[in-house]
Amino acid sequence: MTTDRQVVLDVEGLRMRYGTTDVLREVSFQARQGEVVCLLGPNGAGKTTTIEIMEGFRLRSEGRVDVLGTDPAHGDERWRARVGIVLQSWRDHGKWRVRELLEHLGLYYRPYSTETISRPWDARRLIAAVGLTEQADKKVRTLSGGQRRRLDVAIGLVGRPELVFLDEPTAGLDPVARRGFHELVEGLAEEGETTILLTTHDLAEADKLADRILVLDGGRIIADGTAAELARQIAGADEVRWTRDGRDFRESTTDSTRLVFELFKEYGEAIGNLEVRRASLEDTYLSLVRQAESEGAAR
Amino acid sequence: MNPAMTAYRAGWSRGVIELRQSFTNAGDLFSHFLWPVLMLVATFFMRDVSFGQSGFTLGALALPSILGMNAAMSMVSMSQQLTADREDGTLLRAKATPHGMTGYLTGKILSVSGGLVADLAIFLVPGLLIVSGLAVGDAGSWLTLSWVLALGLMATLPIGAVLGSVFVSARSQGLLQLPILAMIAISGIFYPITALPEWLQAIAQAFPIYWLGLGMRSALLPDAAVAVEIGQSWRHLETVGVLGAWAVLGLILAPIVLRRMARRESGSSVAARRDKALQRIG
Repeated sequence: MTTDRQVVLDVEGLRMRYGTTDVLREVSFQARQGEVVCLLGPNGAGKTTTIEIMEGFRLRSEGRVDVLGTDPAHGDERWRARVGIVLQSWRDHGKWRVRELLEHLGLYYRPYSTETISRPWDARRLIAAVGLTEQADKKVRTLSGGQRRRLDVAIGLVGRPELVFLDEPTAGLDPVARRGFHELVEGLAEEGETTILLTTHDLAEADKLADRILVLDGGRIIADGTAAELARQIAGADEVRWTRDGRDFRESTTDSTRLVFELFKEYGEAIGNLEVRRASLEDTYLSLVRQAESEGAAR
Repeated sequence: MNPAMTAYRAGWSRGVIELRQSFTNAGDLFSHFLWPVLMLVATFFMRDVSFGQSGFTLGALALPSILGMNAAMSMVSMSQQLTADREDGTLLRAKATPHGMTGYLTGKILSVSGGLVADLAIFLVPGLLIVSGLAVGDAGSWLTLSWVLALGLMATLPIGAVLGSVFVSARSQGLLQLPILAMIAISGIFYPITALPEWLQAIAQAFPIYWLGLGMRSALLPDAAVAVEIGQSWRHLETVGVLGAWAVLGLILAPIVLRRMARRESGSSVAARRDKALQRIG
């Protein structure tokens, strides 16, 4: 789908070591322009470390990392202007008004306009895009949690970045705010220009937002693909149930379509109550993590 | 316009915005007025107490000294604000912005020194009505006051930034209070330093508070008041020397320490501090 697009994120053999412990081992992946890539994994899997290395906020121990054609460990201010980082705000800039803050932060990006990208975003339009028009003149500290997170996204986008990093963007949001946030990211992804890399431990979120999912566990990437591809990687994941002659049957298969076809071919109308349950991403994810952990324990 | 220049200008507007904020909300206004008002009360009680045979009241001697002390305290506000901004993630935002640290520091220097000048005025204007015998009629006094203040800020703000980088949490900033109070006590602010034993005088003279006080007295007191000072001299050369040395030290150290501190900032370090702070509350 996007294979003709330019590679904007290229990580190869990334290793991060604290003392004698490797928190990341042989992490390799790529992302192309316009892709939404989700780094999924349990807590402590190394998601934050990975994203902070790419943001240029943390120095790696080994491996090659290339973000927009630059090693983030040596990224200059020009590179910084092309990268958007959505930070989780807490109480910073509480006395600032929403528009005032976005207009201020936009100033820094002005010299980095190019012929194709005019920087920064107009604050008003950006505020409208994240749905904060009514709060534009309010002080940041008066915003609700969900509104603050929208502002965080707006701040991350104000310089019209080519690549955006979001680390656990929906942690601590209520379901309504979470949904609003998902719509925001989907809207951004629709334009297809901005590459988005986000981390989460929420499967549903990864399934909903990501073009591609990387599963990180124990410091290694244990799976890389679309949600459907990941499901296929795990054998016996779909579950098919049916009844025949008043008896219940149940079978697990990787190719449920084929099984159903064979069933009807053989028994025709004798088949009833057919039910195909696709392997959910959750099943896939859990079995991946379980598998990786048992391999880790065996070593 | 080149990016660095843009960042300085953005920093300037940042400083103006922060200054405006600090004079338009109740909490900040309270702290702007608290110390000046307390100091005015202290000055009021000293207005008629004469110091020995000098012919000067303690109030007249103390008023310029307090100005100098307040100027030196900008070191503390710089330090506190830097620590607080690091704790809440303001600095990390600056770091994620191109030339954001330049803008942040420019803004901070402007807002701290602007806030200080306002605080000095809040104290000085009513103070002049309480205390008599100051030499405020001629331009030379104000010229001296200006250069002492400017040099004092150059000596104290960078050191404040260094201290702010060293302390990890706003709570640990409290550790700074005790040595600062001790320094004020021995720096001849509320009582002439010549009344102290010589070894204490020697310690006090190594730090900016004493010299800022001396410089302010040289600006605002009549010439005859010099008799109270060490060596019966305003020692302008020494003032420039000591404050200048602090300025050089600070300007060398601050970029190194600040860069080192900024390098360590990341989303997870802010998150860790947030969790710690929330735990404390919960």
